Amino acid sequence: MPGCLALQKPEIAMADPSASLSSTLVRSTYVAPKRRSRFLTSDRIIAFLLIAPSLLAIAIFVYGFIAFTGFASFTKWNSLIPDFTLVGISNFQKLLDTTRFQIDLRNTVTFTILFLILCLSLGLILAVLLDQRIRGEAIFRNIFLFPLAVSYIVTGVVWRWLLNPGSAELGATGVNLLFDKIGLGFLKNGWYTDPNIGIKAVVLAATWQMSGYVMAMYLAGLRGISDDLREAARVDGANEFQVYRHIILPLLQPITLGAVIILGHMSLKIFDLVVSMTGSGPGFSSDVPAFYMFDTTFRGNNFAQGAGIAVILLVMVAVLIVPYLIYSTRTEAET
Amino acid sequence: MTTLTQTRSSNQLRQWPRLAIYLLLILFAIFYLLPIYVLLITGMKSFAEVNLYKMWDLPAAFSLDSFAKAWFGSDAEGFRGLSGNFWNSVQLAVPATILSALLGSMNGYVLSKWKFRGSNTLFLLLLFGMFIPYQSILIPLVQVLQKIGLYGTIPGLIFVHVVYGIPITTLIFRNYYATVPTEMVEAAKIDGANILGIYRHIMFPISMPGFVVVMIWQFTSIWNDFLFGVIVTSRPGVQPITVALNNLAGSYIVAWNIQMAGALLAALPTMVIYILLGQFFMRGLLAGSLKG
Repeated sequence: MPGCLALQKPEIAMADPSASLSSTLVRSTYVAPKRRSRFLTSDRIIAFLLIAPSLLAIAIFVYGFIAFTGFASFTKWNSLIPDFTLVGISNFQKLLDTTRFQIDLRNTVTFTILFLILCLSLGLILAVLLDQRIRGEAIFRNIFLFPLAVSYIVTGVVWRWLLNPGSAELGATGVNLLFDKIGLGFLKNGWYTDPNIGIKAVVLAATWQMSGYVMAMYLAGLRGISDDLREAARVDGANEFQVYRHIILPLLQPITLGAVIILGHMSLKIFDLVVSMTGSGPGFSSDVPAFYMFDTTFRGNNFAQGAGIAVILLVMVAVLIVPYLIYSTRTEAET
Repeated sequence: MTTLTQTRSSNQLRQWPRLAIYLLLILFAIFYLLPIYVLLITGMKSFAEVNLYKMWDLPAAFSLDSFAKAWFGSDAEGFRGLSGNFWNSVQLAVPATILSALLGSMNGYVLSKWKFRGSNTLFLLLLFGMFIPYQSILIPLVQVLQKIGLYGTIPGLIFVHVVYGIPITTLIFRNYYATVPTEMVEAAKIDGANILGIYRHIMFPISMPGFVVVMIWQFTSIWNDFLFGVIVTSRPGVQPITVALNNLAGSYIVAWNIQMAGALLAALPTMVIYILLGQFFMRGLLAGSLKG
């Protein structure tokens, strides 16, 4: 702000024909009184009033509610009638001893790792391919991107049928049937009906939906790298692979970081897709904490237990997001 | 921000045979289009033709029966159509989108052009709200909505979407207004304009691109939302289309082709917006990764 002020003052000097002093002098005479008064101008008050409703809403509906959920997770409130007797961390202890929650945490880790690997590699490959001065680039780009515009529920409904394995007696359906048709029958499997696959089938649908996002991020990054840089590397005798490996990829690192954070926090929260595609699955093989929370809180009325899951979810997301948020706004302030 | 369609020159992998690149792209395109292919052909098949074991075959004759049943429902088979819920989603998404765009615009204006001590920290605290798992606020949210009489209503859902849309709309507008030279604002101040005058006469008239990005983003996410819909509305009559589609698809009495037709109906508005205004959709998307 002081920088902006200093920048502006010479303009006043120019606008005022009586001010024939040097700009430095003008600045010193104008800035001092104005700055003091700025704090109490009606503009300042209006500015605050404009954002006050939003700040208040966020204070209550985000931070206040989180505090309440945190509080509820330490109580005995496991029926329709609120019971705020404090029980310490026993809800969390019980939760961590629950088989379902243990499976959920394992599923979350599996989902996150696979989802990140698939989306990042697919996104990068697509971006690099599209960056080769392709005819019809816009068409391809739009095809890779449109799943993002679709609801997870729609994706879930479609992929539930695509990955419906069919039965031994009546024959294969969905993707399995397609595999049969194109001679890849050995790839047939039970998808989400197989407890060993479970959540991994959901990863497929999620990758279909979200990989275009990573492609868009990488493509924006690739378009931001100057051609001189690539040219210089080529002049130095680097082949195309080396140009990508040693010049382009390192420059794309901030984008990779951003993508990991965004996709990572999405995968921790994944809910809609699981609901519409598989539900908990056989032996909770496609269950996730967000779904367990929904299930136990709003179907089972175990509010304290649900609050406990919510708190654990929030902590996982915060560990990922908070450092990134602080880092992003810091680098923004520097530039 | 870097647009995707910027000029580029000689950055192709030269040794790669061009054919291989196109082949790969086409293979990937098939992967992305497969579900849409199944959605379309299944929806267009007549009931006589629908067969799970022939799901990849093209329809022999064109029929819109599945769409009609998904839309109007069937009293005989005992399930509700999606038409009412489609209308619910429109009544929900349109006002919520406009309200949150206006709020975001005001916030973005203040937080980019009227910064005060601590405003960056406030912005950071605001932003965190867009990443939280909503599970962590659902329990008190339901209690509060019941207390103020908004639980189970579309106005209640509008309210929820506007509140939790504040962080992203503020972020997009703040980034957008940051590109407007501060000199313009300062000059207007010197001319005696106050904060509201500057907004009305300088910022608002040039805000159109920002509004388009924010409104497309908000409309898409509100239309596609499931969690708030399923938590806040329990009566089928007021549920948004995503919740109704999930109920339809979860019901054993509803035939497979009707579910697919329903899924296409639910996806239609956002798909149309994406096809017509894809570029703006992309900008909202990239803004979500903070570095707009």
